[in-house]
Amino acid sequence: MTDSTPEDRPNALVRAWDSDIAWSFRRSPLAIIAALVSLIIILAAVFAPWLAPHDPFDPGTLNLMDGFTPPMEPNAFTGNVYWLGTDNQGRDVFSTILYGARISLFVGFMAVLFAMVLGITLGLIAGYRGGWLDSLLMRVADVQLTFPSILLALLIFGVARGFIPPAYREAMAIWVLIVAIGLSDWVQYARVVRGATMVEKSKEYVQAARVIGAHPTKILVRHILPNVMGPVLVIATIGLALAIIAEATLSFLGVGVPPTQPSLGTLIRIGQGFLFSGEWWILLFPSLTLLALALSVNLLGDWLRDALNPRLR
Amino acid sequence: MTTKRLLRSARTGLVMSTAAAALMLTTVAVDAETLRWARVGDALTMDPHSQNEGPTHTLNHHIYETLVGRAVDGALTPRLATDWGISDDDETVWVFTIREGVKFHDGSDMTVEDVVFSLDRARTTPSGMAALHAAVEEVTAVDDTTVHVRMSGPAPLYVQNLTNTFIMSKAWAEANGVETAPNFAAGEEAYSVRNTNGTGPYMLVERDPEVRTVLQVFEDHWDAAPEVTEIIYTPISEAATRVAALLSGEVDIVQDVPVQDIARLEQTDGIRVVRGPENRNIFFSYDMASDSLASSNAEGNPFASPEVREAMSLVIDRNAIQQVVMRGESQPSAAPLPPFVNGWTEEMHAFGDPDLARAQELMAEAGYGDGFSVQLDCPNDRYLNDEAICQALVGMLARIGVSVDLNAQTRSLHFPLIENWETDFYLLGWGVPTFDSQYVFDFLVHSREGSYGAFNGSRYSNPELDAKIEALATMTDLEERDALIAEIWDEVMEERIFLNVHNQVLAYAMRDDINLDVHPENQPRMTTVTFD
Repeated sequence: MTDSTPEDRPNALVRAWDSDIAWSFRRSPLAIIAALVSLIIILAAVFAPWLAPHDPFDPGTLNLMDGFTPPMEPNAFTGNVYWLGTDNQGRDVFSTILYGARISLFVGFMAVLFAMVLGITLGLIAGYRGGWLDSLLMRVADVQLTFPSILLALLIFGVARGFIPPAYREAMAIWVLIVAIGLSDWVQYARVVRGATMVEKSKEYVQAARVIGAHPTKILVRHILPNVMGPVLVIATIGLALAIIAEATLSFLGVGVPPTQPSLGTLIRIGQGFLFSGEWWILLFPSLTLLALALSVNLLGDWLRDALNPRLR
Repeated sequence: MTTKRLLRSARTGLVMSTAAAALMLTTVAVDAETLRWARVGDALTMDPHSQNEGPTHTLNHHIYETLVGRAVDGALTPRLATDWGISDDDETVWVFTIREGVKFHDGSDMTVEDVVFSLDRARTTPSGMAALHAAVEEVTAVDDTTVHVRMSGPAPLYVQNLTNTFIMSKAWAEANGVETAPNFAAGEEAYSVRNTNGTGPYMLVERDPEVRTVLQVFEDHWDAAPEVTEIIYTPISEAATRVAALLSGEVDIVQDVPVQDIARLEQTDGIRVVRGPENRNIFFSYDMASDSLASSNAEGNPFASPEVREAMSLVIDRNAIQQVVMRGESQPSAAPLPPFVNGWTEEMHAFGDPDLARAQELMAEAGYGDGFSVQLDCPNDRYLNDEAICQALVGMLARIGVSVDLNAQTRSLHFPLIENWETDFYLLGWGVPTFDSQYVFDFLVHSREGSYGAFNGSRYSNPELDAKIEALATMTDLEERDALIAEIWDEVMEERIFLNVHNQVLAYAMRDDINLDVHPENQPRMTTVTFD
């Protein structure tokens, strides 16, 4: 008898290493590079307060005379040297990128989370209940899909600003941005989840759960949700890249975070004004960071989609 | 055979029409000169009296005309008035001789009735021009060419106030229901906001606010025909885009050249840059009268404390703003008026080095040693690098614990905040078209009542000072008047109503075959443009 004892069973780490996903990951150099780049940027952003030489969000520490210092060259007035130079307010570009990426990533993650929760909830309800509620939710989704999401986010942002008293505007700006991007993106999740739910709900395990009298909420959360999460994760990963770009776009247009707390998009907007005058570093470095971040997250999403697709195995 | 003949005749026709087209093209090229003019923002309204604001007047000067004009050297020139002076019989009456044979764009003749109507409309609230005409008691037409303006007392400088007050058609205003100027601060919409009927050298043919405005030369204009026959006015708010438009030949003149691009444009072949000082100062001001501030966490109103105002004047580093933010293209000054203006002194202009230690001491004395938060409202498309100036101040104020939320937005949203007292702390630039301090006092210092104090966002109110300001309008002894102006400035400087930053320096960039001078009020006239 070779009854396997718990000690014999491979532990979680080994099991994860042996899983299909991990195997597919190891086989894809592109996914490995993308994951590395995303990880580096995310870690750098998270640990920005310890990594960055300056705190660009504390205006009291800035010296205006440091403004427009080229990368790796001493400033003409103060003699200070900055790796990636400084912007027009004397902010160290390297530190500002770290802090800016932090805001961009925070807004991106939170917006995706918000859109995901909203989209999954509505999708599950629409798919499971069907009938008039389904029609209503899906028509709302259809109507929303006809608008470009950035336009919708602009609208939501503008309306919200009108309601928030001036004293709280700056503190609320980031949350308004998250809600605006999230609200303009939930449709994707709702549609996918609804479709998957409709397929799942006629399957035997759901029927069985229903027969034994389980509450619909329990059926949705415990039985159906885990089975529709695959495609949702793929959308969420690609959605993260899109949300980061949406945040950058809004900030580039000047409606996002306040200019004293720049995100990557704000930095690009500032830098764009100095393109002709030769201060290329203010624009170039934040743009490269945004490009690397959006591209690597997108590539990860692509790889995840293929890895989770049984037909491609 | 028929086909061949048909082809031949078609060919002849083609040749002839091509020749005709070529002929037409050449004549067009000789006669018509289109000038594509770009600047940072659009005119706020086309109504001639609704808003007293630079870019609005600049565009309207091409469509409407004033009684007197201002030349590039600052001198007054005849425009719709051919002659003016104080009446020999009564020193409180100004006499204007009105030009004959002037036509409005709709073909009707301009009469003295139109002049009387326009001056009355301009001095009636909610007109934005009212403060300039506060001392006017009555405007009457004496005969077909003479208009009398009776003042509340002798007003030797009144004619200086007329350089931006446009003359419009009475019949047209009545027919379109715009007998009074629309209230700009309240966002009132009226026929005259988008339609015009002036006597100026150009007619409005297309108006798409914030996008494109097209003006066509007015054939029946009384003056010599300008070389430019069509103006296409395009607001481009993004600095780099504006410069790119000029470099790529999409526009011919850029009026608001970003300071960072001046050097590059000067080195570019085919581009000419002209520069000169503007009659305009840039300053911060604050609500110093309310009990508390809407956007602040502070107990009471910190700006009401003289120590806080002094501390702020000690942390602002004007030279750093000039060197970095303005790249040298400004004149740092503590005087809240440009040197062009009567009343300016070297003493007001001078300022010391920033003194952080003293400023912190003052904040502690005022009871704000731990600082406070406040929102700073700032335009981002009106003055040169306005948003960057505000941002620089945010950093300087942070050193004395003042935590500033910066709210930078377009000027059509920014100005009503000041006019409606909805801002605690703001940036404003003030040009002085009359070249006299009284204009500054009337709009910015006098308590807000009637036609006075339209841009007095500080809520400062001092009845004694108000009386002195009102007295200026009717003083004949200019020496005495200058002494009173100095007295008022002493009080204003003592109270620190304004935290001045600098005087603006202008640069226009254009195709190098175009000649246009920098106008000290930043009001270039395209009628003066000549081509090499």
